[in-house]
Amino acid sequence: MKPVPFDYVRATSIGEACEVLQREGDAAKLIAGGQSLVPLMAMRLVRPRLLLDINEIAALKFISVEANAVRIGACTRQALVERDDALAARVPLLRQALAWVGHVQTRNRGTLGGSLAHADPCAELPLAARVLEARMVLRGATGARTVQADAFFSGPMMTVTEPDECLEEVHWPIWSAPRTGSAFAEISNRHGDFAMVAAAAQLALDADGRCVRAAFGLGGVDQTPLAFPQLAARLVGTRLEAAVVESVAQDAAAATGPGSDLFATAAYRRHLARVLGARALRAAHAQAVQ
Amino acid sequence: MTRPFRYIGTRRRTKEDPRFVTGRGRFVADIALPGMKHVALVASPHPSARIVSIGTDAARAMPGVLYVLTGEEFCAETDSLYIGVDAPKVTRYALARGVVRYAGEWVAAVVADTRAIAEDAAERVEVEYESLPQVIDPEISLAPGAHLVHAAHGSNVLYHRKFVWGPVDEAFAKSDHQLAFRATWGRSSTVPIETFGVAAQWDPVAQLLDVWASIQMPKFPDQTARALRLPGNAVRVHYDVDVGGSYGLKRGIKHTVLVGYLARRLGVPVRLIEDRLENMRGGDMHGPDRFFDMQAAFDRDGTIRALKIRAVDDVGAYAGRSPLQLGKPVGAICGPYRIQAVEYEPTSVMTNKTPQEAVRGFGQSPTNFALERTMDRVARFLGMDRIELRRRNLIRKDQFPYLIPSGSTYDSGDYHAVLDKALAAIDYPALERTRDEARRAGRLAGIGISTCLEPSGGNAAFELLFNPKNETTTWMDSCLVRVDLSGSITGVIGTSSSGQGHETLVATVVGEILERDPASIRVIHADSLNALPSNSPVGSRMAIMLGGAAAGAAKKIRETLVAIAAHNFECSAEDLEYRDGDVAVKGVPSKKLGWDQLAEIAHRKFHRMPPGMEPGLQAKFVWEVPTGGGLPTADGRVQMYPCYAFEAHIVYVEIDPDTGKPSIGRYVCGHDCGVMISPDIVHGMTLGGIAHGIGAALYERFAYTEDGQLASGTFMDYLIPSAMEVPDIRIVDHCTPSPLTTFGQKGSGEAGYLGAPAAVANAINDALDPIETSIDTLPMSHLALWERISAARNKQGRP
Amino acid sequence: MNEKLYSIAVEVNGVRRTDQVPARRSLADWLREDLHLTGTHLGCEHGVCGACSVMLDGEPVRSCLMYAVQADGHRVTTVEGLAQSDGSMSVLQDSFCQTHALQCGYCTPGMLIAAQGLLESNPNPSDREIREAIGGNLCRCTGYQQIVEAVRLAAERMAEESK
Repeated sequence: MKPVPFDYVRATSIGEACEVLQREGDAAKLIAGGQSLVPLMAMRLVRPRLLLDINEIAALKFISVEANAVRIGACTRQALVERDDALAARVPLLRQALAWVGHVQTRNRGTLGGSLAHADPCAELPLAARVLEARMVLRGATGARTVQADAFFSGPMMTVTEPDECLEEVHWPIWSAPRTGSAFAEISNRHGDFAMVAAAAQLALDADGRCVRAAFGLGGVDQTPLAFPQLAARLVGTRLEAAVVESVAQDAAAATGPGSDLFATAAYRRHLARVLGARALRAAHAQAVQ
Repeated sequence: MTRPFRYIGTRRRTKEDPRFVTGRGRFVADIALPGMKHVALVASPHPSARIVSIGTDAARAMPGVLYVLTGEEFCAETDSLYIGVDAPKVTRYALARGVVRYAGEWVAAVVADTRAIAEDAAERVEVEYESLPQVIDPEISLAPGAHLVHAAHGSNVLYHRKFVWGPVDEAFAKSDHQLAFRATWGRSSTVPIETFGVAAQWDPVAQLLDVWASIQMPKFPDQTARALRLPGNAVRVHYDVDVGGSYGLKRGIKHTVLVGYLARRLGVPVRLIEDRLENMRGGDMHGPDRFFDMQAAFDRDGTIRALKIRAVDDVGAYAGRSPLQLGKPVGAICGPYRIQAVEYEPTSVMTNKTPQEAVRGFGQSPTNFALERTMDRVARFLGMDRIELRRRNLIRKDQFPYLIPSGSTYDSGDYHAVLDKALAAIDYPALERTRDEARRAGRLAGIGISTCLEPSGGNAAFELLFNPKNETTTWMDSCLVRVDLSGSITGVIGTSSSGQGHETLVATVVGEILERDPASIRVIHADSLNALPSNSPVGSRMAIMLGGAAAGAAKKIRETLVAIAAHNFECSAEDLEYRDGDVAVKGVPSKKLGWDQLAEIAHRKFHRMPPGMEPGLQAKFVWEVPTGGGLPTADGRVQMYPCYAFEAHIVYVEIDPDTGKPSIGRYVCGHDCGVMISPDIVHGMTLGGIAHGIGAALYERFAYTEDGQLASGTFMDYLIPSAMEVPDIRIVDHCTPSPLTTFGQKGSGEAGYLGAPAAVANAINDALDPIETSIDTLPMSHLALWERISAARNKQGRP
Repeated sequence: MNEKLYSIAVEVNGVRRTDQVPARRSLADWLREDLHLTGTHLGCEHGVCGACSVMLDGEPVRSCLMYAVQADGHRVTTVEGLAQSDGSMSVLQDSFCQTHALQCGYCTPGMLIAAQGLLESNPNPSDREIREAIGGNLCRCTGYQQIVEAVRLAAERMAEESK
């Protein structure tokens, strides 16, 4: 399983990377962690003429905690994102999601940006990005633009990234409410496998235990990861009673368009969506209540 | 020997482990031959098609490409590969000729300077196909009008027979009750982490083909030579290649004939290392794909009077030994139970799928699964405890040796004792309470039991049973032991090893007999030209056969040493005592010849040797499998493997009722393989076998689409369990020695795998029992479990 | 078609190695075929089995999912580099022998790298943590249990030694 022959360029800055992309167009493929790309190349499903390596661009590797958001460089290794305690204190959903992402070896090399740019509808980080309304900063030859998560993923393995653009950094909003809880739930065949269905939730409660803010989403159930802001809004003002949680999860599941594959039928996925959605909401609530 | 063993049965470090932990293993892909070229395969995308044309010019023109071989040339210059049943028209070659019969079948082989270039060139080979009808489902394949996978054979049936042993119909007529159901064993395999690989080099002056391969196969050099139309001594297989796991599977005969042919044709060393895609789809290493239509006749007191077993196995598009995988279970067809009458109707059928190869247990695990599901269903029918039902039917220890209806005698056993040990180890009453509490809390929880046999020793009488033209009854093995002039000991094995610890086995046994430290004994692997005959480590046979041969050779050396001393002290052997390699006159310790002295006499001092004795100090031992040599009777009864190891598995599972996800909470395996020569090795293989069985039960499947495409051909879709899926397992040992072997040892290479799928299946079914549903198809995937649960709930009117 | 070659300099097991490699040469293949460090094994070449695990800058990664050119300027440790400076086995390697944590040996180098990575960051791991650390390394022979025992034993021994 050797890939087709290709040329290799190691970019030292994101500007250089964009220049190469602009010049080479479709013939060039960005490689960051390579944990998703290299298997595809080994199977000759992806056949770049030029591999553009952005792993060595120091400016893309950082975690910066700011007032309202945490900025993370696109080439920051997933393992570092997982281990960062300051980040986990402010955006707990990321560490919870990463516990489900592959294995130690893949997280040591795989990057945050790589997973988002790969845009697998079953992947955990894209789901977390949708639920938290992360903002992707895309750098192109002519400048940078910021795209909200709800506009970033355009289809299975597809994003709105232009051929001459490279994901530069990702901004993760921090919820300032003191009683914030989050949870990530997933069913996969084995530990570390792709999700059949995943659910992510984040809630904030007031001092009386009423929900003041809610975010909730499902992965593996459609062409892209899905967030449900309107359904989540139904939780605001409630105490996350069983009935309302069930109804939100139920309606979310009904709004999905899952496919069937070797491991799960569409019906099974829709069922899992309801079950995991409710579990994620309950678990987020339990964490917020602590 | 009446005193306890000194080395046998003790926990000692193995000889093999140090080289692997330091990265010094020598696997076939590690061997670099100067000037070696590399092979990549062109595979058919179609399950059934005529090859219209193959254009190799573009590929051959690429720099670095040496040759492109197609079936036209290859099938004319080599002979068809061996098939175990009488079906001469079902020919098989490494490359297709004229017709492809499964998606993934190899159509051309590219030879190039590097594997990468060979793959580049393989993409440039232009094959034009014309699709033909195909048959994917085995029951459709059996039906009239089905597309014939091998037209010349005239049918898709490779083998069919109905055996009737004992008064079956009478038992069914007279029994209080009967039940019938289907148990389905999904297609899975052992899938070692190392794929199959082979390198070959032809010496035109010596007219000798050297072969290095990741091999575990009886008669490998012979079949290679025969297919290449070479005399047997023109092929030299190097058995000192480390094999990265096999568990029965690595027969690689088509790969070897292909590479051997290329090496000779091209005059350069050639190597093929399957990549994982080639391996999964085109390596011909799938396992049993079998359903059992089971019928049981039983009385209200739980006595099982008779069984009717109809087994249909889909071997895929070609066959080697695979149809025989329905034959080995004949040797334990009634399991560990006193069932007096059995009807067994095996059918081996072909479809347009990847061919099957020998998998650990050679069909015994699927059969055990079907038997154990039957036991649980009978218990449920009668409202009887499943353990009690088994107690009533298990062969009792005073009944050994026990002759089963199909003609095999079980050598020894104490099944009730092993079961009791396992039950005690898991604290069965407490486990039941745990289960019942979980159920009261609304969870799906179950305990599964299986009591199963591991036939061992490798008397493969099923070869003759299934094919009377194949008059083979010799199942030998051997060992050569040498003591050199300096007094150091070397043992020589005539086959390859794939993790079973044969070097440790031989050193331990030889050390035991000669009373010399096994750590000082070197054990090496011969090649096929200088090896004594072996039938390779299949059928859980090596502890018995290689252990027995090593013991036999060591005993000869010990006798020789005593004889030399007797001659030198002018007394008889009875006057002497052998201890730690020294021989002394009883009661006169000063009259002693030490080990080193005796070795020196043997090698250098002919004048002090007994008349007529061979000089030097070496012995070979070649022997036939105990109880071997018998022919089947007209009604198909024959003695199969000689020694019967036994296992009792007890498993606790829970299933998340809302997702169908299973989890294994507790696992105990009671295991009796007689005397364990090396407990760490036996335990290791048992633990690995259980993990493998968990994979077959819950995760692994070679899934095919309706149009004959393999849907699970990568490690992303073929789900091998990781350390997170396999629980902690406790093994409790018991020992009923075999009366047939040197130390009382039985085989244990297949341990764990033979009983685990049955136990996990029974546990899952126990968990589903309160919601009145069941599952008899492996693997029991999350989806399959959820569909059962959800259907059961719908029936009950629950959401 | 001669493929373009790229110069690389990689520190492998403490020794600076330079070479000229095609871009598509995987790190695993470069180590095995060009440096003849055949202890690292290939089981799937698509990043699942873990047999190819090596340390990259001190962290376990899958060497089949990297190209040798990407390792330029980095540090790689393979199973051959785990031994002590006098050539004797590390405590971890010795512990694998003590508990018989292997049979065919094919997955073993990857297991050792994964376990080494764990013990360097977590000297007192629970069994669950051990299983998770080797969760990306498939084994067909052992059922994992004796491997978990070996890592636990190594952790105990290393703790003793550091007292």
